[in-house]
Amino acid sequence: MCLAIPGKIKSIGLKFDGLVRMAKVSFGGIIKEASLEMVPQAKVDDYVLVHVGVAISIVDEEEAKKTFQYLEEMGEVEDELNISEFLPDKEEYKN
Amino acid sequence: MKFLTEYRDPDLAQRYLNEIQKTVTRPWTIMEVCGGQTHSLVKNGILNMLPKEINMVHGPGCPVCVTPLNLIDKAVYLAEEKSVILCSYGDMLRVPGSEKSLLEAKANGADIRILYSPLEAVKIAEQQPDKQVVFFAVGFETTAPANALSVVHAHRLGLDNYSILASHVLVPPAIEALVSDEECVVEGFLAAGHVCTIMGMKEYYPLVENFKVPIVITGFEPVDILQGILMTVQQLERGEAKLENQYARMVRENGNPKAMDTIYEVFEVTDRMWRGMDVIPQSGYQVKNEYKTFDAKKKFAVDIPEAPENKECIAGSIMKGLKKPYECVHFGKKCKPENPLGAPMVSSEGACAAYYHFSDMLNNLETPVV
Ligand code: SF4
Repeated sequence: MCLAIPGKIKSIGLKFDGLVRMAKVSFGGIIKEASLEMVPQAKVDDYVLVHVGVAISIVDEEEAKKTFQYLEEMGEVEDELNISEFLPDKEEYKN
Repeated sequence: MKFLTEYRDPDLAQRYLNEIQKTVTRPWTIMEVCGGQTHSLVKNGILNMLPKEINMVHGPGCPVCVTPLNLIDKAVYLAEEKSVILCSYGDMLRVPGSEKSLLEAKANGADIRILYSPLEAVKIAEQQPDKQVVFFAVGFETTAPANALSVVHAHRLGLDNYSILASHVLVPPAIEALVSDEECVVEGFLAAGHVCTIMGMKEYYPLVENFKVPIVITGFEPVDILQGILMTVQQLERGEAKLENQYARMVRENGNPKAMDTIYEVFEVTDRMWRGMDVIPQSGYQVKNEYKTFDAKKKFAVDIPEAPENKECIAGSIMKGLKKPYECVHFGKKCKPENPLGAPMVSSEGACAAYYHFSDMLNNLETPVV
């Protein structure tokens, strides 16, 4: 029940006479509606964490890289490992 | 899927495992508080792969499991006797009440609907003004904003046929209750990342300080959990007790202030009974008096006597980290998901369900599932 999944905002519309921002969020191609009331600054193309129909956090893409770099930073990883292999959608980080 | 599958990478998981192996020098008992993490640990076979020095015990972080029996009886009563449309998250349906579960009430003809979001329940109330709609609002801090938001929406729409049966529990007071207990065996905690997404980190500083226990806020994917375990073991081995945040891609120091405002608009903190455990002071939310017309407990004045708990179920000891599911004599025998004795066997976050469904992932089950 505490399951919350990150998805990408595809479009944003207004509901309740313009009071509530609702987004169409793509979860690996499956589109679901989510309320953006808890993340007022969220915009199209942001990744948001959605739980029971409500977006509760915007993914911090810089922080996301750290899990992949942590071992390397500890100085414990053998040289042959190419950490960039693990980085999510590498090309999307470039811009 | 971005920000999801990368954290399931087997090679990266293996590297974390190697690092844990290199770091650990003696036995440690670590509790993952959240049932979602329990399932991830079991389902992905991590329990088997961890060094034998690391004993993972499974905490009370399953809101369905700790929802008091009496509230389930009330939900059944509302659906059967008051003819409300009773809406619920799916997990709650099979949980045994004192006489029956919501699923059995549904089979008997009660109008019980499984929903993904409480906002859908508000829509039903809007579409069916002649019916009372009650949402069984179970959850931790993670779910509280959505449940509160449903009340805000219903209020804004001027609905007088929507209410919630709130069963909200809070994680930090439960950790405090666990570590204060003299039986406590836990030496370090993985705190539930999604709870902290909402509430931030501040409630955990006094815990690490006062109880000298490391706490690492951790995500839910295999690599997240392994990194969380590594960070905890590093602290334990160094004799430290700090608060660390493994899940910084989702969790900010101050949480989500907007979500907290929504929670405190509708709810206030109260003492709470945890099924299988006890009353824990200041460990739950109740609907504020200003919103009492949206509080199903007040609206329907359901007075159902407390029924005794099933004594055969040792869920309490499991959630305190004292026992493992396979140490329950009924596990996989008298108690199965189709015919559960206790909530942890049916909730998607219950430890017994995790061990049952993924028993082939566990090669050290002392009592194999038959
Ligand atoms: S196996 Fe069943 S009876 Fe035993 S602790 Fe788990 S839920 Fe309770």
